[in-house]
Amino acid sequence: MSTSDAPAPPPAGLWGAFTATLKRDVTLALRRRGDVLNPLVFYALVITLFPIGISPDPERLALIAPGLLWVAALLAALLSLDTLFRGDFEDGTLEQLLLAPQPLTALVMAKVSVHWLLTGLPLSLMAPLLGAMLALPPGSYMVLALSLALGSASLSLIGAIGAALTVGLARGGALLSLLILPLYIPVLIFGTGAVQAAAMGGAGAYLAILGALLALALMLAPLAIAVSLRISING
Amino acid sequence: MWAFIHKFGSPKWFYAISARLEPWCWALAALALGVGTLWGLAVAPADYQQGESFRIIYVHVPAALLAQSIFVAMALSGLVFMVWKIKVADMAATVMAPFGAMMTFAALFSGAVWGIPTWGTWWEWDARLTSMLILLFLYLGVIALRGAFARRDSGARAASLLALVGVINIPIIKYSVEWWYTLHQSATFTLTSRPAMPASMWLPLLIMLVGFYSFFTALTLARTRSEIVKREGDKRWVRALVDKEL
Repeated sequence: MSTSDAPAPPPAGLWGAFTATLKRDVTLALRRRGDVLNPLVFYALVITLFPIGISPDPERLALIAPGLLWVAALLAALLSLDTLFRGDFEDGTLEQLLLAPQPLTALVMAKVSVHWLLTGLPLSLMAPLLGAMLALPPGSYMVLALSLALGSASLSLIGAIGAALTVGLARGGALLSLLILPLYIPVLIFGTGAVQAAAMGGAGAYLAILGALLALALMLAPLAIAVSLRISING
Repeated sequence: MWAFIHKFGSPKWFYAISARLEPWCWALAALALGVGTLWGLAVAPADYQQGESFRIIYVHVPAALLAQSIFVAMALSGLVFMVWKIKVADMAATVMAPFGAMMTFAALFSGAVWGIPTWGTWWEWDARLTSMLILLFLYLGVIALRGAFARRDSGARAASLLALVGVINIPIIKYSVEWWYTLHQSATFTLTSRPAMPASMWLPLLIMLVGFYSFFTALTLARTRSEIVKREGDKRWVRALVDKEL
């Protein structure tokens, strides 16, 4: 080996690979801002449809607002899931991730984190505004945002399993919702429960359970996502 | 032990052994279902509150229990298939899924029929009804995912994984839905306490349960055997078998 050759950089550690994947995905997403904005616009639009379809009466709206806000946010997050791995699958990046020396679970965690940062978090920040439009009681805005932020992280993790299972299929979109929506139900129950309880002051227990669901999802979902990706790539 | 499992897991051995087990399962199923039906419908006393309509229990409870057991059995088969690559386990999981979905539907349907005379409504957003409905969707998801893959092996592994994810979620869904709302009466059978009805009522129910489970076992054996013949059609022993039959 000649002395002019620079020594090969040592392989990145776990943290290095994680942050590199994170940065890459954020950069890619920010270059296509439309895709980031779509779920937010969808959320606002769907919420607009309900007063038109049901009734503009603030009392009736306030009654169903927690459920509407949560279901619409859940659907908006679902909408963006199909593209989570599809771009990487089509251009071969996913195969490189599978071959990387770092564990796939860590790289997958980075991708899911970016999905949450760019859909779940903005959705939960936007929710109080839409809540105000649906005449949600003033005391529950904070809980609404918190419950959505916690819950949407679980939704991203669980949804990524479905996205990984269907990424190899040409028309996976409709199938994805069939696979994932039943698994979303516990998060939905405790999410809406938190917002409903907030009006009476006492959403702590619900938020704690949402946190517990997130802890469980954080532990198990990355493994399932990694296995699913291997199934989809080898198939 | 491992050698035995692998031997049992080979399609040829499974085919031979299940051929011997199958008639016994069918016989037990026929006997238990026959006795249980007659006893439950004709001999057991009518309920003092619900009258004759309570007899739906003899279909409803076994179907509901079986629907949940089949999902667990399917997920366990999937796990065995994913870990030890035993093909027979996947064949069994394949044939279990539609029957499990049917049992879930049967439980929902018999519950709806029962609900009209007792609750005055055929559908109520009650915890158990809702979680059974979700179970039906989980079954449909597993069946649809398996069918969506062009390669059978990928579909098999994807369906196994989804069944495992589902089985971890079923208790979470069950408890969260129970927290959410409940109207349904509590479980008929628990392992820890005596049933709240007289023996003349719960004995036929127990017999029906045995009948449903043996029917499921017999049907799974039979359908797994035909799945073996279908998938292993190019193996020499299957050819020989088919030639002999013809």
